[in-house]
Amino acid sequence: MGIIKASRLVFDYIRRDEEENIEEVDRAIDGLDVDVEKGSFVAILGHNGSGKSTLAKHINAILVPTEGTVWVSDMDTADDSKVWEIRRKAGMVFQNPDNQIIGNVVEEDVGFGPENIGVPTDDIWKRVDESLEAVGMTAYRYKSPNKLSGGQKQRVAIAGVMAMRPECIVLDEPTAMLDPNGRKEVIRTVRELNRKEGITVLMITHYMEEVIHADRVIVMDEGKIVMDGTPREIFSRVDELKGYRLDVPQVTELAYELRRGGADMPEGILSLDAFVESFMAALSGRRAGDRGVLTPDAGDRNAAAEE
Amino acid sequence: MIREITIGQYYPVDSVLHRMDPRTKLFGTMVYIVSLFLADNVWGYAVAALLLAVVIRLSRVPVSFMVRGLKAILFLLLISVSFNLFLTDGEEIFRVGFLRVTWEGVRMAAFMAVRLIFLVMGSSVMTLTTTPNQLTDGLEKSLGFLKKVRVPVHEMAMIMSIALRFIPILVEETDKIMKAQMARGADFESGGLIQKAKSMVPLLVPLFISAFRRATDLAMAMEARCYHGGEGRTKMKPLRYARRDYTAYAVYAVYLGVIVLTKFV
Amino acid sequence: MAIRVEDLTFIYNEGTALEQRALDGVSFEIPDGQFVGLIGHTGSGKSTLIQHLNGLVKPTGGKIYYNGEDIYSEGYSLRQLRSKVGLVFQYPEHQLFEVDVISDVCYGPRNLGLPEDEVRQRAEDALRLVGMKEKYWEQSPFELSGGQKRRVAIAGVLAMNPEVLILDEPTAGLDPKGRDEILDQVEKLHNARGMTIILVSHSMEDMARYAERLLVMNHGKKAFDGTPREIFRHYKELEQMGLAAPQVTYVVHALRERGVDIDEDITTVEEARDALLEVLQRA
Repeated sequence: MGIIKASRLVFDYIRRDEEENIEEVDRAIDGLDVDVEKGSFVAILGHNGSGKSTLAKHINAILVPTEGTVWVSDMDTADDSKVWEIRRKAGMVFQNPDNQIIGNVVEEDVGFGPENIGVPTDDIWKRVDESLEAVGMTAYRYKSPNKLSGGQKQRVAIAGVMAMRPECIVLDEPTAMLDPNGRKEVIRTVRELNRKEGITVLMITHYMEEVIHADRVIVMDEGKIVMDGTPREIFSRVDELKGYRLDVPQVTELAYELRRGGADMPEGILSLDAFVESFMAALSGRRAGDRGVLTPDAGDRNAAAEE
Repeated sequence: MIREITIGQYYPVDSVLHRMDPRTKLFGTMVYIVSLFLADNVWGYAVAALLLAVVIRLSRVPVSFMVRGLKAILFLLLISVSFNLFLTDGEEIFRVGFLRVTWEGVRMAAFMAVRLIFLVMGSSVMTLTTTPNQLTDGLEKSLGFLKKVRVPVHEMAMIMSIALRFIPILVEETDKIMKAQMARGADFESGGLIQKAKSMVPLLVPLFISAFRRATDLAMAMEARCYHGGEGRTKMKPLRYARRDYTAYAVYAVYLGVIVLTKFV
Repeated sequence: MAIRVEDLTFIYNEGTALEQRALDGVSFEIPDGQFVGLIGHTGSGKSTLIQHLNGLVKPTGGKIYYNGEDIYSEGYSLRQLRSKVGLVFQYPEHQLFEVDVISDVCYGPRNLGLPEDEVRQRAEDALRLVGMKEKYWEQSPFELSGGQKRRVAIAGVLAMNPEVLILDEPTAGLDPKGRDEILDQVEKLHNARGMTIILVSHSMEDMARYAERLLVMNHGKKAFDGTPREIFRHYKELEQMGLAAPQVTYVVHALRERGVDIDEDITTVEEARDALLEVLQRA
């Protein structure tokens, strides 16, 4: 069993009127099964309202299942006695960088978690030093969080989680409110923690460029997992992704369009280099013979002919 | 304009005062305030001014920052000065209508002004050299005895610390919402009192909603980081008195003594 | 000659230790009906610039003319200007405050002192314009989804009937489909109503797709001004400013380096597709 596992997970948001009668039930997660391997980097995609954030909050025991079970490191999140241990092992980073920093000085904020779990003072300092170093924020340790950029604030938030020595970090759209440079900064930090420290990462995002380095991509829709595979596998299904209100990186889309136009391009191209190599190969393939009609909508016609 | 409020803002440099235990600074501020009300002549205030000057120098915070804090109390200052100026009995200097200005009034008003200014500057020294977290730590520890009578000291300290962190954020937010509503033709300046109050609704409602959203988010983030009240909590920066703190207490004693002596000059 | 900005300078906290030059001698002109993209990294002065354009901030130096009139001259009505130059702030849904959607949208036109039936008419038009169906009009704006809230907030500005619409990152925080929907709506306003659009965005892909002209800000100065094609030719300089070009631009340059004969000015996926298919066809 992996580090995080959910079985037949269901979660309902229940709205009650003044007399505590149920007014409305909104099923955010609908019978979801997932198993996340220790040390892996998993990206979760899905449009707003697809249930991603609700899932994320289950891993930290902020929400507990309406039905089904979630285990973190073999601990059932519904078990009240394990709640603090679960939260220590599965740290969480949220979307709005301002609303998760508690300390008035960077280093004090990083120390907040360890203080809460009763780590001795000397050890807190050691952890704070290490965590700030791991996210590259040591130079800012005496600064006020209000003076930092969005990307830096998120790195402080990540350091705050790292100081709890977690096995897993769940990031709920950590880059949604950042500019492109801030986004790169955060993604680089998270990838490094995953590779160097072996931290399991679950990252929710709307930005497709951010998931191409993940080990595994999960797409959610209406509270269920609808796609699950490597980035390459997922991004070779461009139309399906668009059907879930998602997008693909421009190189992926361009390769897909060329393929539809009859060009000999492989599926699921994710990077600039891969695109250039594939295109050059396709070009020399053409030069060597193998001619067919190439038009932007050749693919549509071929598809029509197949039907 | 509201950005200029400096009370509660920390000025990050390294100085003896910055390194001092917050309890020492809290107690010192109290001593200073008491001394301002004990002093009743020029000599007393001269000693108080001297101490303030030395302390500001030691803090390595630019004087301009201390002075800026005064803007916030300008109105209060004006009112108390005019009250003292016009409503003190004594030897009359001149009279405007029913308002009499007396020598005693001038003296009282001047002392009042000096008191208020020193009081604000003195407390600014504390807030500028102490992070709000240290300050609340200091308060929490100093008032720790109240826990025995079930006063939630830790919780109150935490609330204070969070409030201090969010003040600048909410100030910025107010500015933004104000501009956004002005872009929709809002007018926050003209009109009578009722009109003005009504025009604040489009500002206050979004501000409250935002504050609540932030509060919910923050509560969740704190819970996610295992916060569960003060029990079993350790401290990253536990309060420990060093030699400089004992020195400071000695200075307080001497200072109070001198202030009391000036009363007999 | 709708908007003319001349030598605009803005200094924060002038004369203090915290002095900061947010805008430094910026000049440009935006003719009626243009779709302008405004780019620059965070802190480059974009936000300060757009707040000047409808008179929310008073410049330290320089002038702004709207239809030939100096907006900071004595007696010029800034409130009137704000109805002509609509500004949609970042996360505009944070300014919603009324009990229902329609009342919130009415706020702007009512501030203009219009008769009540016209206020209502404008609000309804604006809501239709952003694609908010009638069934939502009486609902509380706080019960809508994120994307819907944002549309209502944009409608709140549109109801002022602006000639120029400035949007500060209108897609921030939305999912990909939501982003496209908002931008398509903006493009429709531009095409159907001839509205001048000034769009602030970090997405170079969106800029290449929608904008006719790009203004690039860097350290408070105007760094570039031209069509997206012209601007993205300078992709190396853009990178030094903490910006980038659309991914397609990088594809095109990488292919050109490998000897593929393709127009270097291609900035969108559609153009690249057609050009590359032609290259393959010729081979």
